[in-house]
Amino acid sequence: STNWRTAYGGKYTVTLIHGDGVGPELMQHVKAAIRCVRAPIDFEDIPLSSNVANDEMFERAVTAVKRNGIALKGNISSQNTTRSLNVLLRTRLNLYANVIRCKTNPVVPTRHSDIDIIVIRENTEGEYSSLEHESVPGVVESLKIITRAKSLKIARFAFEVAKHDGRKKVTAVHKANIMKLSDGLFIECCREVAAEYPDIKFDTMIVDNTCMQLVNRPTQFDVMVMPNLYGNIVANVCAGLVGGSGFVAGSNYGDHYAIFEQGTRNTGMGIAGKNIANPSGMLFAAANMLKYLGLKEHCSAIKNAVLTTIEKHKLKTPDIGGTATTTEFIECVLKEIVQMTPPTGFD
Amino acid sequence: TNTTTPSSDAPRTVTLIPGDGIGPEISNSVQKIFEAANVPLDWESVDVTPVKSPDGKFRIPLRAIESVTKHRIGLKGPLATPVGKGHQSLNLALRKQFNLFANVRPCKTLEGFQTPYTNVDLVTIRENTEGEYSGIEHTIVPGVVQSIKLITEHASMRVCEYAFLYAKLHKREKVTVVHKANIMRLSDGLFLQSARNVAEKYPEIKFEEMYLDTVCLKMVQDPTQFDCLVMPNLYGDILSDLCAGLIGGLGLTPSGNIGENGAAIFEAVHGTAPDIAGHDKANPTALLLSAVMMLRHLNLTDKADRIEKACFATIKDGKVLTGDLGGKSKCSEYTAEICRRVKDSS
Ligand SMILES: Nc1ncnc2c1ncn2[C@@H]1O[C@H](COP(=O)(O)OP(=O)(O)OP(=O)(O)O)[C@@H](O)[C@H]1O
Ligand SMILES: Nc1ncnc2c1ncn2[C@@H]1O[C@H](COP(=O)(O)OP(=O)(O)OP(=O)(O)O)[C@@H](O)[C@H]1O
Ligand SMILES: [Mg+2]
Ligand SMILES: [Mg+2]
Repeated sequence: STNWRTAYGGKYTVTLIHGDGVGPELMQHVKAAIRCVRAPIDFEDIPLSSNVANDEMFERAVTAVKRNGIALKGNISSQNTTRSLNVLLRTRLNLYANVIRCKTNPVVPTRHSDIDIIVIRENTEGEYSSLEHESVPGVVESLKIITRAKSLKIARFAFEVAKHDGRKKVTAVHKANIMKLSDGLFIECCREVAAEYPDIKFDTMIVDNTCMQLVNRPTQFDVMVMPNLYGNIVANVCAGLVGGSGFVAGSNYGDHYAIFEQGTRNTGMGIAGKNIANPSGMLFAAANMLKYLGLKEHCSAIKNAVLTTIEKHKLKTPDIGGTATTTEFIECVLKEIVQMTPPTGFD
Repeated sequence: TNTTTPSSDAPRTVTLIPGDGIGPEISNSVQKIFEAANVPLDWESVDVTPVKSPDGKFRIPLRAIESVTKHRIGLKGPLATPVGKGHQSLNLALRKQFNLFANVRPCKTLEGFQTPYTNVDLVTIRENTEGEYSGIEHTIVPGVVQSIKLITEHASMRVCEYAFLYAKLHKREKVTVVHKANIMRLSDGLFLQSARNVAEKYPEIKFEEMYLDTVCLKMVQDPTQFDCLVMPNLYGDILSDLCAGLIGGLGLTPSGNIGENGAAIFEAVHGTAPDIAGHDKANPTALLLSAVMMLRHLNLTDKADRIEKACFATIKDGKVLTGDLGGKSKCSEYTAEICRRVKDSS
């Protein structure tokens, strides 16, 4: 039911939020790929970053996403700002669900094989509520907020994803043995929703055990759903298991808007400008965005071009065990896209 | 033999809490190995099964508390978690009594026991008294719950100071502080600042700051880049289990709970394994390695090294292993093999 976004004059406009680190360069590569596949997309560039973080630029970003309904985003470093702009954007747009899919690829070196996990994370409350105060000097309280409304919403989202993707099991991750009320409420909401999906298995697992299980027997997991902070942890563990920051795409959904980005939301400051960043994750994110817009063939062309580049041409950036530069990689992807795209373009 | 008892010549006494399930078997194994190594320690064994006190509540026997209070050092086997019996858990009681503020878990690859990760050698140090485990929670209005995470400068400084001291004593090169101060600016910010303050006093130890998520990502990709990590309570709970997973699970990881003025309780973090209790099948390694940590804490370094070596060699050799490590030997046979090696090395 996401196919509602109107294409004015047959074209969609996509907001590109540049961010910091490898963000700006990856945006350029994504643009090239989307043009190459001849998707009916216009771009609206928003150079929001930690260096250009004034209120005006931030509001421009919010307005643009609201107008276009959709964005591709580089991560904004949290230095220079008093609050994380990434978090502010998500809460302003009420993007309550973060989704990352972590799947091993036979030619990307990993320690485990056959992993295919979808991590679904509540994205707007929990430990990320930014409600903190210093009661007396040297004593700080930080509030974690869990609501029934948001917990039910994310639980339903998870089961819907599981259903549409033909998945067998949803695991809710928690620490309700310690946080009896808050995580207790989360689990209770998941249970309630699970009851409406008798065909999908449901279980719960404590977050520390989950992490231990993930590095031991990751294939036992299918779809996982959890509050914000555990999501941050589990998503990064899973991404690490299948190839890392540069290889995994993520998306954030609300009732009205969606933002696509690298799955682990790193800025990659240390590798920026060196032509070694892995563009795969951001290209997968772009492909997911095209699919969300209903442009299925364009999506497949980009995804397959990236996979062919890695699998057939054995081109890999250093983070996944290769020696290719970003530009070598992207050139190969573009060539493959051309091969896959009919001369008249997709309908 | 020439031992390194710190102060007096009289052997020091430590409290032993054998625990439930496989606890007595693996405790017995540790005692045997200590005997073989001539460790100058006496054990005082205590039972901690809760007893009904005059007010009708179940409490930990006074004798147990007294023993630990007197000796300040304890070794503890696994305890059955009493569900809903309405008494305070022993762990909590001991933690409160002795202010056990830091939980230390070394994770080292056991050669001979294959996991997808090799050459892991790191230690997680977890703040153990506050944070997300403050237990302060309430329902504000129906359907809205608030949990409070409490971070104090006192507790943060204390655990960070211990982490650097530990790093120095154990010749670790680097301390990584794990935090999420980009989101939790004040609370994790305070923890981070405490770590920075302590780091300044240890210029010889490398100091690194890393976001929790980045640590998780890098930990599963290449754990060898980490050395000593210090962090608030919840992150420590999660990361210590994750790291245990890297080397093969809780059955092999030792742990120590460090309190003020040298008090400490060392324990195996695995459960009571009721399915194999009494069958002489349990693997005593985690408790033995916890006991080795205890020896190091008491400056009995030579003994610690000898026992650890014998244990690692037995596992590497692979001939006498318990079932959980893929072997066929009994707990007593594995113990005897370690004893033999300990004696050979003296
Ligand atoms: N596109 C990419 N290609 C290859 N590696 C990447 C990519 N994005 C991130 N990484 C790597 O992932 C790791 C974590 O990223 P990063 O350094 O950004 O973490 P961080 O802790 O979030 O720091 P910050 O956000 O402040 O830069 C780094 O090793 C980085 O080089
Ligand atoms: N030291 C050990 N040696 C051999 N096997 C062990 C050991 N510790 C745990 N196990 C095995 O690991 C599995 C889980 O055991 P564990 O005792 O942690 O479970 P548990 O049921 O949670 O116990 P508890 O209720 O005491 O926490 C069991 O099959 C057990 O036999
Ligand atoms: Mg980051
Ligand atoms: Mg734990």
